[in-house]
Amino acid sequence: MQPRPIALKILDFVSVILLAISTYLALFFAPTELVMGEVQRVFYFHIGTAWVGLLGFVIAAIAGIAYLVTKNMLWDRFELAAVEVSTVFFFITIALGSIWARPAWNTWWTWDPRLTTAAITELIYVAYFMLRQGIEEPEKRARFGAVYTLLGGISAPITFMVIRLFRSIHPVVIGAANASQEKMSMTSDMKTAFFFALFAFTVIFIDMIWHRLRLSSLEEKVEQLKLNSLM
Amino acid sequence: MFLLETTPDTSGYMILGYSVFFITMTIYIASLYIRNRNLKRDLEMLESIQAEEAKPKKKK
Repeated sequence: MQPRPIALKILDFVSVILLAISTYLALFFAPTELVMGEVQRVFYFHIGTAWVGLLGFVIAAIAGIAYLVTKNMLWDRFELAAVEVSTVFFFITIALGSIWARPAWNTWWTWDPRLTTAAITELIYVAYFMLRQGIEEPEKRARFGAVYTLLGGISAPITFMVIRLFRSIHPVVIGAANASQEKMSMTSDMKTAFFFALFAFTVIFIDMIWHRLRLSSLEEKVEQLKLNSLM
Repeated sequence: MFLLETTPDTSGYMILGYSVFFITMTIYIASLYIRNRNLKRDLEMLESIQAEEAKPKKKK
């Protein structure tokens, strides 16, 4: 395997620094929200992880289309990397949302449209790994995976839009559709922590995708050698 | 909670939230590292097997 390129080493370092700054901004720089108290601080990482989680699912769908068109296995590796990293981030989103909900809504979980679609989205992508595990032939696995992520990708915009289209107790951070929806208002320091978290998580996401891609190419190499030794 | 006049103490939930985040990220990064290490071992082993097979067999 190729040694870690210098650009990836720099990206690793930048990611750690950005995560540290984002943690500082969320925990110490942003003011305490008067109604919810300290628990509101999980909101910065909740939104940051949700953003890259849903972005990754959309990217995986695009990679799936690219694979179906070109039949290039690089797109399959990219799709797998995007789904795996996004599934981890989206799991964190759901966990943080549940922790925030306990003091805010007096329950860990409720079958609100946003929570329901988020849970379904996560389960769709957990099932994606089961699908891949069940198929041995690499081309067939890539083809099935591509079609699956293409269909699964629809769940990402639905999850994003559901609180804007249906009655929901989940707050709308950006662009409430009507006046009856609960909309979060932020001070300028809160906005700084919020937008910095979005930026930091985007960079961390790219860094993790790169690492996962390198792992996939190593997996492919080992799989190829195993096949060769069997012949 | 929203009818309270003072800000409630919800710092325990905040600590729980950030703990969940950092623990999950640590587990995932560790899984990437362990899978990478195991695959490198497999690769070395397979390459050494192939190198052995490629060597011409000596006649007794």
